[in-house]
Amino acid sequence: MSDRVMKSYRFREEREADWKQLEQIIARAESRGVGGLSDKDMERLPGLYRQAVSSLSVARTISLDQNVVAYLETLCARAYFFVYGTRSRMSERIAQFFARDWAAAVSAAKGPTLLAFLCLFGGALLAFFLTLNDNEWYWTFHSGWDSRNPNASYDELRATLYETDRKIVDMLGAFAAQLFSHNSGIAIFAFALGFAFGIPTAVLLIYNGVYLGSFYAVFWQKGLAYELTGWLFIHGVTELFAVILAGAAGFMIGGAVAFPGRKTRMQSMREAGEKAAMVIIGAVVTLFLAALLEGFGRQLINSDTVRYTIAGSSLIFWLGYFYLPRRGVGDRRD
Amino acid sequence: MTEAVAPPPNAVAEGKRRRARMRAREAEQKRVRSLVTPEGAALNLKISTFSERFGAFILDVSLQFVIMFAIIFSIAFIAGAFDFNGWQIAWAVAQVLIFFVRNFYFIFFEIGRKAATPGKRALGLRVADRKGGRLTANAVIARNFLRELEFFLPLSVLFSFGAEGVAGWVNWLLLIWCGIFVLFPLFNKDKLRIGDLVAGTMVIHAPKVQLLDDIASATPARESTSAIVFTPAQLDVYGIHELHVLEDVLRQSTPEIKRNVANRIADKIGYAPQTGETDLAFLETFYAALRRHLEQRMLFGQRKEDKYDQR
Repeated sequence: MSDRVMKSYRFREEREADWKQLEQIIARAESRGVGGLSDKDMERLPGLYRQAVSSLSVARTISLDQNVVAYLETLCARAYFFVYGTRSRMSERIAQFFARDWAAAVSAAKGPTLLAFLCLFGGALLAFFLTLNDNEWYWTFHSGWDSRNPNASYDELRATLYETDRKIVDMLGAFAAQLFSHNSGIAIFAFALGFAFGIPTAVLLIYNGVYLGSFYAVFWQKGLAYELTGWLFIHGVTELFAVILAGAAGFMIGGAVAFPGRKTRMQSMREAGEKAAMVIIGAVVTLFLAALLEGFGRQLINSDTVRYTIAGSSLIFWLGYFYLPRRGVGDRRD
Repeated sequence: MTEAVAPPPNAVAEGKRRRARMRAREAEQKRVRSLVTPEGAALNLKISTFSERFGAFILDVSLQFVIMFAIIFSIAFIAGAFDFNGWQIAWAVAQVLIFFVRNFYFIFFEIGRKAATPGKRALGLRVADRKGGRLTANAVIARNFLRELEFFLPLSVLFSFGAEGVAGWVNWLLLIWCGIFVLFPLFNKDKLRIGDLVAGTMVIHAPKVQLLDDIASATPARESTSAIVFTPAQLDVYGIHELHVLEDVLRQSTPEIKRNVANRIADKIGYAPQTGETDLAFLETFYAALRRHLEQRMLFGQRKEDKYDQR
């Protein structure tokens, strides 16, 4: 009888209850988070985990039961990911992101942000002066379907800047359309294309600047620059900030790939990717706010002064939010 | 054991099968990345294959479509109660919701505790940090935004261009672009796509395994089986591979297969079945005896891999 009992069988018999208990705790933690664990579970967890890991090493050398070894492999992996994984809750993490991480990531990336800014506004200035000199340039940058072109009259152009009938439906529609408009797409691609040394990012930014600049020139010639600026920048400050940030994220990755320094290119890209992701997710949030401002704010507010006030205060808000030094709260990160 | 001098007629085929098996095991070994935990134990994580990942992706995209349709239909149902304005609002709300589903589906699930989307979970996959550290939210965001570039951008451009009859070579270029990114995981040993590369992540195959009963403990009729005894020579016929095959047979096969296997084993080791013993009892007893024998040899440092391994 005792002859039949194997070492590997006895080994399993002695530890099986603990493995099962660990599995239960992990399953509970995976479905309900740390909050789902009782104090007793928390107390038991480290011991059970270490035991399972050592069981795995032993099982590999003494047991030929495939099922036991496979079971322990996955159990240990799951426990490992839980024990050494992230522990903060989603809500905590989001709060932390807005309170500190996002601003820290953005203000740490001043160089790429400046570069993106120059690309966007450099392109805009260039197109502005080109179009002022020769209206033909406008057609190089725009397709024909836009009614806001150099041939439009003062009144036609002015009419596009102010909303006369305000229906909540149209605002909601404008907001939704704005989400889908190319802005969020541009932001994501400016980031994603960054790894090709940042060149596509630069092209994308300059192209957008050119589009904007030539558009501006049309209104300038008709003497509508002041009105257009209000119309554009009530949400444009926020929106262009977002596009610049997205471009900066792209440049961060591109720069890391092009100039890895002493790290390997992979390592360098990976580290930059981490930081750039923070900037880009923030840019998407900002675009969301911009869509709100554009959909509702611009339609509701037809006064130039109020538009300028909103534009100015949003600029001050963003600059302060990102670049004002704030008290360090330790450097816990997840 | 009396071996014939002339090789048995199917020796060539058997040799081929063995080599194929060894190759398969080697390929399987290549998928394993061992991760040393702070306790100093090595965890063997398996990189998921391209087909698994592609399957998970298809599942996720289909699920997204289902969610989007559900949103549209439920909103249309509610809006149906109102007039035309209701429809406009409904469309705008639906657009906003779809925007979120489209952009944050992957991120939402991968940041979650299981680090996997429903599609990945269904196939037993999860996202992990390549260095074994913790998977950060930033890494998840980076790897998922890059998916836009890898797949959805070329696809959408392809669809929008194809209709207008833009120069054919542009379409070809886009197709090649799409192909390079989509097939990228096939050409590196960790099966990484560009997003994984940038984010420093990998996708591993870690399905939940249930702990089944030990076959060696399940002795249905101990009294009758205790009569079955094997000699060391009989147990030396097979190796670890055959033991594992036998384990699979015992765990998941039909009675006919079990009978065939029992007959073949009895034939091979020259065992005369006793009256009144069942195939199952024979197989279980043989499994226990063989495992005990092989485990004992393993403790002395002799791993007999399979029946050809003459040690």
